Amino acid sequence: MKQTLSVMVVNQTGVLARVAGLFSRRGFNIESLSVSTTEDKNISRMTIVVDGDEGTIEQVMKQLHKLIEVIKINNLTGTSYVDRGMALFKVAAGAAERAEVMQVVTIFRANIVDFCPNSLIIEATGSESKIAAIEEALRPFGIKEVVRTGEIAMARGIKAGSKKGGDAK
Amino acid sequence: MRTGAQALIEGLKQQGAEVVFGIPGGAVLAIYDELSHAEIKHILTRSEQGAAHAAAGYAKASGRVGVCLTSSGPGATNLVTGLANAYMDSIPLVAITGQVPRAMVGTDAFQEVDITGITQPITKHNYLVTNADDIPRIIAEAFYIAGTGRKGPVLVDIPSDVANSLCHKEAPAELDLPGYKPNYKGHPAQIRLAASALSKAQKPLIYAGGGVISAQASAELLALAEAGGIPVVTSLMGKGAIKEDNPLCLGMLGIHGLPAANWAAMHCDTLLVLGGRFSDRVMGDRCKFAPEATIIHIDIDPAEIAKNIAVRIPIVGDLREIVKEISAEAKLEPQKDWLVELEEAKDRNILVFGDRRRNDESGEELLDGGAIIDKLTELTEGKAIITTDVGQHQMTAARHYHPAGPGLFISSGGLGTMGFGLPAALGAQIACPEQTVICVTGDGSLQMTLNEMATIKSQKLPVKILLFNNKSLGLVRQLQHTYCDENYFAVDMVGNPNFLMLAMAYGFENLRIEDPGDIEPTLKKALNNGKPTLIDCSIPKDEMILPIVKKGQSLNEMSF
Repeated sequence: MKQTLSVMVVNQTGVLARVAGLFSRRGFNIESLSVSTTEDKNISRMTIVVDGDEGTIEQVMKQLHKLIEVIKINNLTGTSYVDRGMALFKVAAGAAERAEVMQVVTIFRANIVDFCPNSLIIEATGSESKIAAIEEALRPFGIKEVVRTGEIAMARGIKAGSKKGGDAK
Repeated sequence: MRTGAQALIEGLKQQGAEVVFGIPGGAVLAIYDELSHAEIKHILTRSEQGAAHAAAGYAKASGRVGVCLTSSGPGATNLVTGLANAYMDSIPLVAITGQVPRAMVGTDAFQEVDITGITQPITKHNYLVTNADDIPRIIAEAFYIAGTGRKGPVLVDIPSDVANSLCHKEAPAELDLPGYKPNYKGHPAQIRLAASALSKAQKPLIYAGGGVISAQASAELLALAEAGGIPVVTSLMGKGAIKEDNPLCLGMLGIHGLPAANWAAMHCDTLLVLGGRFSDRVMGDRCKFAPEATIIHIDIDPAEIAKNIAVRIPIVGDLREIVKEISAEAKLEPQKDWLVELEEAKDRNILVFGDRRRNDESGEELLDGGAIIDKLTELTEGKAIITTDVGQHQMTAARHYHPAGPGLFISSGGLGTMGFGLPAALGAQIACPEQTVICVTGDGSLQMTLNEMATIKSQKLPVKILLFNNKSLGLVRQLQHTYCDENYFAVDMVGNPNFLMLAMAYGFENLRIEDPGDIEPTLKKALNNGKPTLIDCSIPKDEMILPIVKKGQSLNEMSF
């Protein structure tokens, strides 16, 4: 089962390599990973989507916590949270198909960000399932290229997610 | 004002480091220059692997953090085996490596290697120092991280120009490590649960791992065991946690364990695991391990809980305190029926300790490794520090040497590193100059790091090498016997040197044990000569470590 972990780490060189290395050497599977700084410049947040059973996820979290730079881990799965990813699709749409493509774009509240005689680039944001849905909707027109970001996620409500020194549980 | 190198040496002194094992080189010139007039003893080993193992032996024998220091590139990569070994066995080490100057990092410069990248999976933490100002803080953090929580190795990589540039800062009064807060206090509710489970147990058993020794919880373990009449088995790393002549001690469990210990693990109804990690060498087939037991697992490392086996009552924290609290909470009464059963089970150990005399074709009695170690236990009263390498001699030592306390049996457990024994003996002898230190080794293992004989000689250390020489890689040979239909391949040590002449060349005394009759006089001679000594024991090739638990079998199913 896919789980979304929000991991606060000390913002230092090498942290990403440590986290990524941990996953590969312990045989855990990363579905996606995104990193960025937070409101505190000393802390970065990694959103990691990982696939595995309960025992595996428990080990992932414990092993992550053993890394000295990992401050706090939140398993968002099963809690109330917002997750978003972004995708760019290059669609081979000429004048004939353009209107129809634009209809899909409107329905999914996506944007056209590049316009050429024979192609369009469409930018879509949303949850993983929404992005999968728009990809399906665009497929008949001929998708030439796709690029997607990893998912980012945030718990709903105020729970002071990025305070230093929180506990692992 | 001082340089980075001066700040480093100052940091080592502040941390109480008295000894550094290492080898100099181009990238650590400034550091060695400072070290030359510091009040820190430097031991020049013959390879960096030796330095890492020696620091580990020192740490195990002294209970302190071991320190090693090497140059960049190959100096650093030679540490890798030693660091991996220390990581697996939770040995506190600080390894300092030189690095090429900052401006050259990433250019494939001479003797450049990404040692922080390489050692990431085998260190508890590591640092690449990019600013001399950070050195005091990083050294303080490195010692703190290495020696607290679940102990382990920490590597600090220092570019040579950082060592040469000025350091303006002091170590902070308090360390700021928001992601590193080892938990020492056991959860009170869990402790109550554990105490209640133990109080109700009719067949309780304690499995003591290496954690008991690193947490210095032997006295607490003994108090609990004796209060409740609870028998104790140990892992290889837990040897010495309890005196093995204690009637409650059943010895080592596991695939090479003693039959009584394995029998107890398979029949207990409550298993209290103290600082053990349920290694595959302990459990045999994990699905069949301790089938009737409610398992209580106490460990300092939360990640050990439920890693290899499901446990009913986990407690994370410092063993010493938790065991004390459990003792106070539990209402224990020796379970007479269980103890009677165990006394009967002890008779099974005769398979290992009984009359094992064998004769060769001409009727001559063959030399038996177990008999040598039995005599060694008797003569030293288990008070000598034994280090071992890895192989048949190690299992013979583990089965037959009965250390009189913690820190007296030093072996490579998790990684199983051949070549560990001799440098570890060197480190242990430096830590404990008054004690007898004996490296029990095999001809395969010894040849992996025998260059450290020179270090031992140079330091005038009276280390004894008890060489079980069967002219083969005996344990591999035994595996080929069992699993490859006796298709012995690449296990004969053709071209072995004459070890007695080798000993002479290194300035060691040399002795030989060929017949059972030689054992006592030769050991006595070696133990009393006060000099580095190699004893070459002619062990028959066909001697096997038996009984054992084969692949996929439970601890109940020991084969002969």
